[in-house]
Amino acid sequence: MTQEIDKPSTIWKVIGASSVGTLIEWYDFYIFGSLATILSKQFFPEDQGTAALLSTLAIFAAGFIVRPFGALVFGRLGDLLGRKFTFLLTLVLMGGSTFAIGLVPGYKTIGIAAPLIILALRLVQGLALGGEYGGAATYVAEHSPVKRRGFFTSWIQTTATLGLFLSLGVILFTRNTLGVDDFNSWGWRVPFWVSILLVVVSIYIRLKMQESPLFSKIKKEGKISKNPLKESFGHKTNLKMVLLALFGAVMGQGVVWYTGQFYAQSFIENTCKVDFEQSRTILLWAIVAGTPFFILFGSLSDKYGRKWIMMAGMLLGILSYRPIYQSFLNDTSAAGHSALLQADKTVLKSQLISFDTKDAKKAYLVSKVDSVYSDGSVFKYTLTDTLYFTEAASEKRAEAAVLAYQSASDSAAPIAYAAVKAAAGTTGKDTISVVTSHASVKAAVGVEKSMGSSIFWKMVLLVFVQIVYVTMVYGPIAAFLVELFPTRIRYTSMSLPYHIGNGVFGGLVPFLSTLIIEYTKTPENPAGSPLAGLWYPIGIAAVCLVIGILYLSNKIDEDVSDDENEFVHA
Amino acid sequence: MNQIRRILGIVWAILGPLAIYLMFNQAVSKVVAANSKIAAAVDEAAKVTAEAAKLNIQMQWGIIILIFVPIAFGLMIFGYYSFRGEYDRT
Repeated sequence: MTQEIDKPSTIWKVIGASSVGTLIEWYDFYIFGSLATILSKQFFPEDQGTAALLSTLAIFAAGFIVRPFGALVFGRLGDLLGRKFTFLLTLVLMGGSTFAIGLVPGYKTIGIAAPLIILALRLVQGLALGGEYGGAATYVAEHSPVKRRGFFTSWIQTTATLGLFLSLGVILFTRNTLGVDDFNSWGWRVPFWVSILLVVVSIYIRLKMQESPLFSKIKKEGKISKNPLKESFGHKTNLKMVLLALFGAVMGQGVVWYTGQFYAQSFIENTCKVDFEQSRTILLWAIVAGTPFFILFGSLSDKYGRKWIMMAGMLLGILSYRPIYQSFLNDTSAAGHSALLQADKTVLKSQLISFDTKDAKKAYLVSKVDSVYSDGSVFKYTLTDTLYFTEAASEKRAEAAVLAYQSASDSAAPIAYAAVKAAAGTTGKDTISVVTSHASVKAAVGVEKSMGSSIFWKMVLLVFVQIVYVTMVYGPIAAFLVELFPTRIRYTSMSLPYHIGNGVFGGLVPFLSTLIIEYTKTPENPAGSPLAGLWYPIGIAAVCLVIGILYLSNKIDEDVSDDENEFVHA
Repeated sequence: MNQIRRILGIVWAILGPLAIYLMFNQAVSKVVAANSKIAAAVDEAAKVTAEAAKLNIQMQWGIIILIFVPIAFGLMIFGYYSFRGEYDRT
């Protein structure tokens, strides 16, 4: 069967049509996650910052949680009606819902309807993604020549990473073109609108493709499954392979993937406080350098088998995550940079004072201070200090307070309370009682770091290393899953473990890691242990590694046109 | 090797309910702690904050339990199959 489709031009058309569509689906899915902070402000009440972010994260998680359900719904359709129709349908759903997110008015305009609509659209996105990947991977694998399945399906594997690359690229381009204020106000909608153009092109390409030859063959022979869900999960012979795929391969692959691509960026931005643009640029460079390795490891898996390449990727992740993330912390810490501080170039950039609308005796002084280091790093501090006045705050009093602050902040270090108080005491008839303490100044310090080139490239290298682990576990996995299940129920059987492993175990890495860090916070250590979150991916990958090593076979199933499961991996 | 797989099957089968127990245990202890914070709130603002925190905890653990309990059952079944020699190789 494979001989008639073993024409180079045909297979490359198949890969092109499948990959472009899958890439767009990933793009659609990622822009929501990449813009989570902005979306939380747009679609949730402004005065509940943390609640809003958590709500968005919940929606983000909902997107992942519904993915397995999408795998069941569309996997079933794919095994009943065909691969081509099904992944056309998922593409339309994904593109339509993404475009619609870009049109939904904010919370200020339509109130609670805004987050509810967003939640509904996000669920549709998750469902569509759940159906897409299995279809594309199956479609390519069923066209691939014998002994090259790992190589050809690895092109599909690049799309998830390239989709992230595309989403970050479009977001950064839009932000730089429009400016930060316009982007935060309305420009964030542009990446969602761009989706519709990409989807139209992809639908056009996919419409011109033929149905999978293996599916056409079993359809012609009347061997299509009547109930793919029952056959996949209701019979022990297949269920045990589904469980093996999940616990022995995909579960570990999922956490390695999401740690390398998402947790790394989130950690660099939120824990290390590297600025928005640089944290994303680091990931972009790492992705560019790492993507060819998907093809390399996919191709190597044709020669050496899928198992040991995937297991090696997991093992390397388990052993090196903590040193890598410790290095991120060390390289971006102010303490680590103290010897490099250039005091003469450290300047107070601006100060603004604003009055509390509810308390007339209260005002806020926001000082922006740039600390410059000899390695090219710049740490931009925003110090928000609260001024308490004995009488109602007035412009005159505030002015005097600002003067007092300026005279006390020549070193641009956090402003010394004693100096401020002393200066405030000399302002004559305006009695200013600045009762803020140094501790409260510290608590209101925000920082954005732009790292010097040597540290920047070191961070790119460390993220790149993690991306290589991703390529080791993810490059061969499509071929591995395809070979595990028979044609008649392949779409359903491979989609579910894939989306539980990636959507649930992998997709919740940022969420659960953040949760673990929360639990390490104590009054003595209010920041918690930033590396504690890594125990989740390390633990899951370790269990998966043990199961994978002991239970999986390294044998490659050469004939995937088989109608029965032959347990090649057990 | 088949013997190791079978013995480990017991481990996987135990790991499933253990994970479910730990999840529920954590969830309950976190909610109880959140209730204590609400009771200890000194003013209305602190109470509102504590109640919001409780809601977040309930949401987080609700999600975790909802999705991981079926997976834990899957791990138990996997362990059972492994113990019964379904993954043995000849």
